Amino acid sequence: MKQKLVIIGAGMASGRVIEHLVEDAPDAFDITLFNAEPRGNYNRIMLSPVLSGEKTYADIVTHDDDWYAAHGVTCRFGEHVTAIDPEMKVVAGQNGHVPYDKLIIATGSAPFIIPVPGKDLDGVITYRDLDDTNAMIEASAKGGKAVVIGGGLLGLEAAAGLAERGMDVTVVHLMGHLMERQLDEAAGYLLRKDLERRGITVRTQASTKAIIGDGRVEAVLLEGDETLPADLVVMAVGIRPETRLATDAGLSVARGVEVNAQMQTSDPDIFAVGECLEFDGHLFGLVAPLYDQAKVLAGTLLDQAAAFVVKDTATKLKVTGCDLFSAGDFAEGEGREDIVLRDPARGIYKRLVIEGDRLIGAVMYGDTADGNWFFQLIKDGTEIDEIRETLIFGPAFQGGDTSDPLSAVAALPREAEICGCNGICKGTIVDAITNGATDLGAVKAQTKASASCGTCTGLVEQLLQVTLGDDFQMPTAQPICGCCDLTHEDVRRLIKSQELKSQDAVWQELGWKTRNGCHVCRPAVNFYLLADWPLEYRDDPQSRFVNERKHANIQKDGTFSVVPRMWGGITNPAELRAIADAADKYDVPTVKVTGGQRIDLLGVRGEDLPFIWADLNKAGLVSGHAYSKGLRTVKTCVGTDHCRFGTQDSTGLGIRLEQALWGSWTPHKVKLGVSGCPRNCAEATCKDIGIICVDSGYQVSVAGAAGMDVRETERLCDVETEQEAIDVTIAFVQLYRENAKYLDRAYKWVDKVGLDWVQGRIADPDERQRLIEAFELSQSIYRKDPWAEHATQAHRYQPLADLTLEAAE
Amino acid sequence: MNWIDIGHIDDIPLRGARKIKTPLGCVAVFRTAEDEVFAATDSCPHKGGPLSEGIVHGQSVTCPLHNWVFDLNTGQAASEDGAITTFLVLVQDGRVLIDGAKLDSRSAA
Repeated sequence: MKQKLVIIGAGMASGRVIEHLVEDAPDAFDITLFNAEPRGNYNRIMLSPVLSGEKTYADIVTHDDDWYAAHGVTCRFGEHVTAIDPEMKVVAGQNGHVPYDKLIIATGSAPFIIPVPGKDLDGVITYRDLDDTNAMIEASAKGGKAVVIGGGLLGLEAAAGLAERGMDVTVVHLMGHLMERQLDEAAGYLLRKDLERRGITVRTQASTKAIIGDGRVEAVLLEGDETLPADLVVMAVGIRPETRLATDAGLSVARGVEVNAQMQTSDPDIFAVGECLEFDGHLFGLVAPLYDQAKVLAGTLLDQAAAFVVKDTATKLKVTGCDLFSAGDFAEGEGREDIVLRDPARGIYKRLVIEGDRLIGAVMYGDTADGNWFFQLIKDGTEIDEIRETLIFGPAFQGGDTSDPLSAVAALPREAEICGCNGICKGTIVDAITNGATDLGAVKAQTKASASCGTCTGLVEQLLQVTLGDDFQMPTAQPICGCCDLTHEDVRRLIKSQELKSQDAVWQELGWKTRNGCHVCRPAVNFYLLADWPLEYRDDPQSRFVNERKHANIQKDGTFSVVPRMWGGITNPAELRAIADAADKYDVPTVKVTGGQRIDLLGVRGEDLPFIWADLNKAGLVSGHAYSKGLRTVKTCVGTDHCRFGTQDSTGLGIRLEQALWGSWTPHKVKLGVSGCPRNCAEATCKDIGIICVDSGYQVSVAGAAGMDVRETERLCDVETEQEAIDVTIAFVQLYRENAKYLDRAYKWVDKVGLDWVQGRIADPDERQRLIEAFELSQSIYRKDPWAEHATQAHRYQPLADLTLEAAE
Repeated sequence: MNWIDIGHIDDIPLRGARKIKTPLGCVAVFRTAEDEVFAATDSCPHKGGPLSEGIVHGQSVTCPLHNWVFDLNTGQAASEDGAITTFLVLVQDGRVLIDGAKLDSRSAA
């Protein structure tokens, strides 16, 4: 039975809640979404670029009508909610009542209107939404004079936008300097100078007494009786949480709607998210904490344990050419010390506020490249005593033994190898950068550095930063490749939420710039599609690397290696005879025992593959998938069958796991180990999933590695029965399939999402069951021997034509 | 010109390739998503990787060994100093024809 969820307000926070809900539990709720504005969710942060003309409304729409329709969200846009009745659990809209099981208040904030005469005149507007923005754009088309009341973030963005559109703009600000909440006086001064250089007049310590006009605004009257002529007045003195509905409904309201860490108001079925709420005395206006809240709220609604915590946030002004940054607390106080750097000629000002041995605040103007580094020091509460002397010069000046990676890279000699795969040293990369390769893609193309395994990408980016300084913008998120602008994570999310079920749908809907991707993105998209839509989409061999298309590993001379599966590493004389016969028959030059307890036949010609497979099939041997991003091997010890220490049937468990998991596609290869006792002869604790049998049951651990990185597994959970061990393993594999980035091994993925999250999902009995069922559904298609299938199509492995014969005729 | 019939276009997988043996060595015959057919030497100038085993995307192929990307129109490698020889191919009534003259002349040379 679906629950009725009503949401009041379609802003960025509630929009994110809906995204989480439709992705995690599309069938849990019937959602009705009210919005007083006659439109859905758009990116409000981008209103300033719309005002200045750099973007249009279409550019900033987050959810359009199709999106709401596709997810079954009932939209009541342009309709005000007039009341909430918590007794009856009903919301009253202008056009009718809607009952709810759960209600979310996401009414955002309202602009604060200073109570002066004339505040209601035509031509006096606020700056909160698209209608306000359009009103300003329309007003500015006539030119003339604009007065912006309020010199905070919003007011200045409005002022800059109006100036950009040709108006003569004056900013009236009550306080002594601009953006006094984010900037100190010195930075405020530099900001003022920059704005004045653009023709904006700034009046500080100026208090508005009245707005004058006859029906329409004509001037602003300041305290002291000075009048500023005005054709447009923008009121941007601040915002306050919009709490009217909540107050009327009798909810607990302070400055905002009070919520606990689960986003729950004083009524257990009513929640709040976004700018309208107050948590632990804090109000929120920046987007990062709103998104955190949205995630927590979605979790709460789905009965997942989640709690919101207040984090520090940093501020940047979105006015081109005014480079400012502030974070933390920078008020003066006892026991606080300042470090200040000024370079008047370049208009640079930096101030760090230190309390004890910690950095607690930073204000920067003109050069903000190190902002995030300082912000990190503030957030982490890093001890800065050691680096205090040079702290203000930023990470580039810190000594080699600090934790900062940039200084380490800067200190490397030219001969130091950066890209191990391609043997590229620092000097080569730096030369390429100074010769014009100013982004990662260009460095990759010119030097090959980071073009293979990609683990040195971070180092290359740091070299770009060290070499180019402020000219290099550290990318926040890497798109998959040059074919698109989206990250792996975004593409995965959108394939699920937009229900994209074919490659063509992905190329079209996600704006691919190439016809059908490339060798980087297409295999990833192929995997995401087959993992999310196992019945609707089928694996596309032409989007697989050669090994997976040919079901054999290509060798450097173009021949292939063939590894038959040996369940749990167990074989018998008949199988070994068949392998020996095949090796003889096909002139296999090398026969090797692999690290995963299998036998590898190396050097088989491509044309012979279907025939050697057919021969091996006859002896009951199937593909070992030694080539696939899928289940490779389950390595076992002999367990209770023979070993005097074995506590459980580790070999049997290994075989059963391998039979359950084989054939499935995963983001990267998956290797398992099962050891019969803690002596761990199967080396299970460096596998993607490792199981150690003990007297009391099974210790299931995950996220190990023994390759480019070496990692010990971490304990996922302990279970008592073999069936539970199998269930937990399958659930983990499916969770990995559903969430990881293509080509991230399990340990990299677990690093990103956190073991706690994985444990939470696996521990939830409903979720575990869902994962197992989803895996089984997919396996109903993929659990079969690809060799048997391909052995019948031997002609596809032969040359299309042989012109050497014709030439001889 | 000496057009030689080497097979039916449907014998080549969509966004894939097959190879043919010629006096010059193996030649890869590619079929793009839009049914365009291209032919080029089946050996990457870098380390000899078999290009007929590569991923075909747009009008390009990526070598399966070290990801060099070649434009199938010109044979030129993207951002690498290297190229593969291309051969003229035609599709007539679904039959793929390759310009044998070029194959012969090169073999004679």
